[in-house]
Amino acid sequence: MASSSTSQEHSASRLGRFRSGRLIWPVLSLAALVLLWEVAALVAAYAGKARTFPGPSEVAATMVREFRSGALQTHVLATLGRVAVSFPIAMFLGSVIGIALGRMKGADRFFDSWLIFFLNLPALVVIILCYVWLGLTETAAIMAVAINKIPNVAVTVREGARSLSRDLAEMAEVYNFGRWKTLRHVTLPQLAPFLIAAARGGLAIVWKIVLVVELLGRSNGVGYQLGIGFQLFDVAMILAYAIAFIIVVQLIEIGILQPLETRLNRWRR
Amino acid sequence: MEEVSDRLRIRIARKEFPAVGAQGANLVIEDLDVSIEPRSFVVLTGPSGCGKSTLLNIVAGLDTDFEGAIDLGNWVRRKTFVFQTPRLLPWRTVYDNIALSLPEGDPRRANIAGLVERVGLTDKVNAYPERLSLGMQRRVALVRGFVQEPDLLLMDEPFVSLDDPTAQELRQLLIDLWHRVRTTVLFVTHDRTEAVMLATRILRLGGGAATRLDDFDVGLTRQQRRDSEAVRLEQNRIFGAS
Repeated sequence: MASSSTSQEHSASRLGRFRSGRLIWPVLSLAALVLLWEVAALVAAYAGKARTFPGPSEVAATMVREFRSGALQTHVLATLGRVAVSFPIAMFLGSVIGIALGRMKGADRFFDSWLIFFLNLPALVVIILCYVWLGLTETAAIMAVAINKIPNVAVTVREGARSLSRDLAEMAEVYNFGRWKTLRHVTLPQLAPFLIAAARGGLAIVWKIVLVVELLGRSNGVGYQLGIGFQLFDVAMILAYAIAFIIVVQLIEIGILQPLETRLNRWRR
Repeated sequence: MEEVSDRLRIRIARKEFPAVGAQGANLVIEDLDVSIEPRSFVVLTGPSGCGKSTLLNIVAGLDTDFEGAIDLGNWVRRKTFVFQTPRLLPWRTVYDNIALSLPEGDPRRANIAGLVERVGLTDKVNAYPERLSLGMQRRVALVRGFVQEPDLLLMDEPFVSLDDPTAQELRQLLIDLWHRVRTTVLFVTHDRTEAVMLATRILRLGGGAATRLDDFDVGLTRQQRRDSEAVRLEQNRIFGAS
């Protein structure tokens, strides 16, 4: 009952935002960017560089062509699949490490320098080492992506775990909540903003790393297609795949992460 | 021997807080030995820093770093705590905050609606705590403390930072609830009027080395507790005219 009324309020406020013109601005600014791009492409075409600087209409045409042939879906789904596997692994392990370090001072002191080491280890190095040690396999690809992301999640969640309320922990103790109830009703809700922040940043980074992993050692996925586009100097294809994936990631953000955040925040004043 | 285990006995030989930086170790309680009878309403009072809240935390089992022993007798099985701040889970509704203090499927969950009505929050059961006034939040905390039907209810200045009429209303509510449930209460406050109004027995804590303890019985009837003049006279009798 309560949730349906909140979602109604939510959609009402969205409609209101559109009416009051707040949604108009992003649409206008995106249209301006496309227009600018088209003009620049026309100039490039005059200079004889049409192939290396295609305009939005040509990129759109390439996208439609790739979609009709089914290649676009195949590769986007392959990449999405890798994101879908490595992202939860990184979130889960990163959260466990973050909570552990945030709650145990000794462990935090000891492992802090490890964390800094892994934070600063270039993604490319992790990817190369995983491929060298585990071979050009799917497991190596997933592992490389997860290892790259885990330290970021751990650092964000550790911050949340450090600031857990002692007052509420005492309350849970006096009222015999026990481990599971405390985790579910006391600890996780306090960590939610940090988990959401980690998920947001995580999604943005993970899919970019997946592309590199695919470029270096996989035979499908958006990254693999970008590699082919690079070899053929087919910029229209590169842009078509990149934009297609940006759209997919934005849909995940708007369709999953934002509603989740709204739901988790409905108790706030 | 039966008689001994009949009483809740608090013995604290020594409780100190360790040194922090330049500040030396702080001895809060020394040689304290109190017995509390079942179904009494005991108010702990005394100057700030005398160890009232520390004592409560020790009895609650939240602070185990002390010399001595808490003998809960053979009757204290369930104890609850109403804190100085409401300590509600802001992401759970009023109902859930109360229900979570009971195990899943506990028959006492059926009493929640009645208690919520009693404190006048029926139309707020599905609200989130941050949308309530402090006074309302404290009522929720009060219900959470009572719904378990505890054998021992610990309360640490649960009515501070409320305006006078609201605090007064909540005190009456507490007296009401206590007369219905008849649990043993250990209540900390520095407000003498509040102490006299609520208590059947007042313990005034001196604090520090060789903790001094003054022990008074309060002889007010339930009706007299509503009468500010009777409360004032009793307060003068106990603490002297001020």
